[in-house]
Amino acid sequence: MFSILARIRRTGILSEPLPTPEARDAPLEKLQRDLQSVFGRALRIRHVDAGSCNGCELEIHALSNPYYNLEGSGIAFVASPRHADVLLVTGPVSVNMEEALKRTYEAMPDPKWVLAVGDCSTCTGVFGVNYATRGRVADVIPVDAVVNGCPPTPLALLRGLLQITGHAPPKASPSAVPADS
Amino acid sequence: MTDDSLKPEDLRLPANVTARRVVVDAAQWRACAQRLHDQGAGLLTLWGTDDRDRDGVFRVFAALLLPDQVVVLEHALAGGHTVYPALGHLFPVADRLQRALYDLLGLRADAGDGRPWLRHGGWPENIFPLRRDVGATQSYAIHAKPYPFVPVSGDGVHEIAVGPVHAGTIEPGHFRFSVVGEKVLRLEERLGYAHKGIAKRFDRLPLQEGHRLAARLCGDSTVAFSWAYCAALEAITETELPRRAAALRALALERERIANHLGDLGGLGNDAGLAFGLVQFSSLKEQLVRLNQDAFGQRYLFDYLLPGGVVIDLGARMIRSMLDEVAMLEQAVSSLRAIFDDHAGVQDRFRDAGRLSPELARAHGAIGLVGRASGIARDARIDLPWPPYDVLQPRRVLRSEGDVAARVQVRFDEIMDSLRLCQSLLQTLPEGPGLVPVPAAPPGRLGLGLIEGWRGPVLIALETAPDNRVRHCHAHDSSWQNWPLIEHAMIGNIVPDFPLINKSFNLAYSGHDG
Repeated sequence: MFSILARIRRTGILSEPLPTPEARDAPLEKLQRDLQSVFGRALRIRHVDAGSCNGCELEIHALSNPYYNLEGSGIAFVASPRHADVLLVTGPVSVNMEEALKRTYEAMPDPKWVLAVGDCSTCTGVFGVNYATRGRVADVIPVDAVVNGCPPTPLALLRGLLQITGHAPPKASPSAVPADS
Repeated sequence: MTDDSLKPEDLRLPANVTARRVVVDAAQWRACAQRLHDQGAGLLTLWGTDDRDRDGVFRVFAALLLPDQVVVLEHALAGGHTVYPALGHLFPVADRLQRALYDLLGLRADAGDGRPWLRHGGWPENIFPLRRDVGATQSYAIHAKPYPFVPVSGDGVHEIAVGPVHAGTIEPGHFRFSVVGEKVLRLEERLGYAHKGIAKRFDRLPLQEGHRLAARLCGDSTVAFSWAYCAALEAITETELPRRAAALRALALERERIANHLGDLGGLGNDAGLAFGLVQFSSLKEQLVRLNQDAFGQRYLFDYLLPGGVVIDLGARMIRSMLDEVAMLEQAVSSLRAIFDDHAGVQDRFRDAGRLSPELARAHGAIGLVGRASGIARDARIDLPWPPYDVLQPRRVLRSEGDVAARVQVRFDEIMDSLRLCQSLLQTLPEGPGLVPVPAAPPGRLGLGLIEGWRGPVLIALETAPDNRVRHCHAHDSSWQNWPLIEHAMIGNIVPDFPLINKSFNLAYSGHDG
């Protein structure tokens, strides 16, 4: 127990003074404030991997590490679509996941938003459309916003989450978020 | 190996490791497989090609992994036949590989499980998408039929169906538990949800672009797969990789191993109720991928390798930063290891959970990290070393308990050794170019790339077409071997331990499904 406490003390709080503040992480604090001002502490996300290579999932995982501290911004991932406000979809929708994706979307209560994440989900990526993939998520369920990148950085994902706040009622046509900056 | 039965047509196969290609007929196919099996070989993978446009036949290939080399058996199915001798009685992994081969190419093994594996009704039963007469972008309406899971009956037995959408941020797959109370009597997996038709996508792709697709077969093993692809192409074109490029690739591969092990150790701590572990290890992993960003221009190294070398060389400043990081990680991981080892609650969950005995592991051909936690001393970096592992000399990590605790210990040991390898690579980085041009490849050549990724060996079998294009590319992840073993490791465990046991294996879905 003592060694755990000692380690926690030595680690300190990683989320606040970010390791390289000038270059990359300065916008992060502002982003976190913005997210909180719009969503309060209420936003809940359900993630569905619709055939991704697992690259996007690694970066979605990173959102929960102490550096990005997504839950500290009041945003959390939930285990059921029935508890979710936002559906985060990755992958060039595989034929074998098409039905599961549609059912997950239908299981979500209104109002709901869909954020397609990663080049595969936004423009089919390297996989294209064939007997096994349907391609863009927007060709399967309505998409409100997209985050490009292969995979998108956690910062780009945070920006994407922020953008959908501008879409109070869900819109039909997706609008792009720059992959990074 | 000096076996007379492998005489018929025995050719050296271009590869980054010692590899041979043996052309056999149907009888020799089974006899050779039997003989190799008796000599200790494991079946690595199985694939087929539609060569009707070239010489009117289908072919099946079996890559067998011996302790010191890879042997590829090649069998042409004469006279329009589509049936070949099954290998499941020798190598259990063959069963699912044979089902996948039928779904994609319509070649049927003469024995074994006849249920579909990758085809969930997304394309018609009589369409075999890897055949050359099926269009590259052809798609079909879904006609799904219920999948016949093996039923378990008895007093109080009921089923729990999990997936393909899981409760967390995980890849898609389905698990069917037959349970009494909390105790699992049987687990049956159904995979293929992430199948993207990657082999079809490879068809006719320019050879110089294939590495980008290979890098996206499995996002957490992007260095391993892109290296395997590049190695196959470089072997076919007889390109000699500069030692500096090889060292930088090895650095990337070891960093990939460390990053994934750090992530898994955090996840395993969390699944055992120690959130502290997740916070600590995920922070260390984040630091590592941020240094990747600084050094290589990307957090995950999806596009770091390309045929002929690597994209960005490493400057003196980055070498210093990475050496500092090695020292930091050695200290941090050692202290976290002591905390894990001394934590009664964590050890209580880890020990004896999901035990895979060495006997079972051997019988089922377990490989990679999972094998090394169950007494299978195989590591391609040591057994079939390709540059720079020929001089780098990784240490062999081995445990025999086969439980979650053993898989945790293998990860700790491998992190420490990979840190040592990174330090050695950084301190002795050879001079020279990091990238050399790769000439156009002659058509009709087959080459292999075998790389020991963090999960285990990954293989790319690449065949060239005219105009410097891909004719066929088969990719294999070691998860094929190890997925069926989770079904065994779960027997007698309780349902709530499944996430922990599954995480301790951490097998690929996309890498498996293709």
